Amino acid sequence: MKSLYAIYRKEMGHYFVSPVAYVVVGVFLALSAFFFNYFLAAVMQQALQMQMQEMEMGMHPNIDVTMEVMRAFFGLLSTLVLFLTPMLTMGVFAEERKRGTMELLMTSPITEMQIVLGKYLASLTLFAIMLLPTAGYLIFTYVRSEPVPPWRMLVAGYIGILLLGGCLLALGSFISSLTENQLIAAVLTFAAFLLVWVIDLGRNAGAGAGDVLQYLSVIRHYDDFTRGIIDTSSLIYYVSFIVLFVFLTVRSVDSIRWRRA
Amino acid sequence: MIEVQDLTKSYGGSVAAVDHVSFTVNKGEILGFLGPNGAGKTTTMRILTGYMPATSGTARIAGFDVFIDSLEVRRHIGYLPEAPPVYPDMTVSTYLDFVARIKNVPTERRGVRVADAMHKTNITDKGDELIKRLSRGYKQRVGLAQALVHDPDVIILDEPTVGLDPKQIIEVRNLIKGLAGNHTIILSTHILPEVSMTCDRVVIINKGKIAAVDTPQNLTQQLKGGQKIRVEVQAPEKSLQEFLAQIPGASRVQVETAHSNGHVAATVEAAAGKDIRSQIAAGVVQKGWPLYELRGVSLSLEDIFLQLTTEDSAHAQAAI
Repeated sequence: MKSLYAIYRKEMGHYFVSPVAYVVVGVFLALSAFFFNYFLAAVMQQALQMQMQEMEMGMHPNIDVTMEVMRAFFGLLSTLVLFLTPMLTMGVFAEERKRGTMELLMTSPITEMQIVLGKYLASLTLFAIMLLPTAGYLIFTYVRSEPVPPWRMLVAGYIGILLLGGCLLALGSFISSLTENQLIAAVLTFAAFLLVWVIDLGRNAGAGAGDVLQYLSVIRHYDDFTRGIIDTSSLIYYVSFIVLFVFLTVRSVDSIRWRRA
Repeated sequence: MIEVQDLTKSYGGSVAAVDHVSFTVNKGEILGFLGPNGAGKTTTMRILTGYMPATSGTARIAGFDVFIDSLEVRRHIGYLPEAPPVYPDMTVSTYLDFVARIKNVPTERRGVRVADAMHKTNITDKGDELIKRLSRGYKQRVGLAQALVHDPDVIILDEPTVGLDPKQIIEVRNLIKGLAGNHTIILSTHILPEVSMTCDRVVIINKGKIAAVDTPQNLTQQLKGGQKIRVEVQAPEKSLQEFLAQIPGASRVQVETAHSNGHVAATVEAAAGKDIRSQIAAGVVQKGWPLYELRGVSLSLEDIFLQLTTEDSAHAQAAI
């Protein structure tokens, strides 16, 4: 436990001196802030138009501004995460191998599991820190809404994005452990993300295979969360995904011993 | 303290990087690993530190098998790889604190151990400096401090003096000598004097095989046995070659091509215990060739290897 914490601590320290982390977090926050403003303005405009129509024809307006903004915003967050997390994970192991510090870690009395988990938890923490300011925007719209929408929606949405990010970070760490080259790691990670993202395009592949492909897409399950639904099958999907790739990373790190280096 | 039995490592190809290597190191001893680049020094050390497994054979450190009880072995060793395994964005003291943590140094001893390692490697004043701003020599010392920080029983150093200036080399050698007794040390090098100055025993390794195991004194004695002589005269290349070859006890005559000024240089090896310099001088004078240079050349490490390896193949041919 102590060794795991030592690795975690070192990784966090590394993130806070690394220009890559600052650039990724900065770009993420700037883009999310810009799009939040944009969505808010667009949805309000739409609501205003509907209100005018109602006055003309006596129809009841049927638009929940907060919900609309939130759905659009969570959709955007997932897209930003798709593009930016490869940059967070590309160096996790690749840099360590290139610098030769992997040799230090692997000749120290710590297990591969401690190394991998320490690093994974650190990347997850950074990811959560990166998301934190965006919750402020939504909380702001919540308290300004009348009536206040259920908080459950907000919580479910953030659980969803954390799980989605958790999957991508686990997959990204695994790919980073396969190579010494950060750039290769980033490109392969992005390609792998896209694959698990769009895999449900094959849902028309026929009865059995279509269902399976649809279930395998990371983004299908995320949609449920943004609608405020915490589905057990989605939870199981995300948790299994994370466990699988953390396990594969442990095996991959262990196999470095057998590769010629 | 360290027992290595028939250690073999092959990377899949037909040639083994380490081929049936066996040796033991007693507690408190300094063992030097001497060999040219690519001889298998680093591979052997990596197996001993548990970084990679051997193909066959066993190695035990402090009674633990490096493969079966890898974690226990790693608790007992400090290791400095060829390139110091440092994080450029960390300061020296945070880096050493991190290493102390992953080496299981108890919390209350950590501060003392880090300070001690920094003191021993003479980097106390660099504690708050970022490692990336340090010179090559200081980085190497941080790497050494890292290997000492948990006060391990066994210290394994892969070319510890590479990249240091002469003054630092002397400091590091003295440091290593000072560590002996309480620690068992293996160090690798391709510099012969380094071995004779610091080590109690030397393992000479070439192409993955052990060529000799001995004390530096005995080894130097052996080397002094044969002598190499360089001679520079003004003479026809061919007659010089013939003349040198017929001197009793001379072997391996190598005549270089003539310089533009007509001088011809040649090297010749004398058999152990024979000084053929006077014979050469007398012969040259007798033939009336102007003599420009005649000196003994001490055998370099490369020559020893040349000797050891070519003798091997000569034996092999004789056997056939």
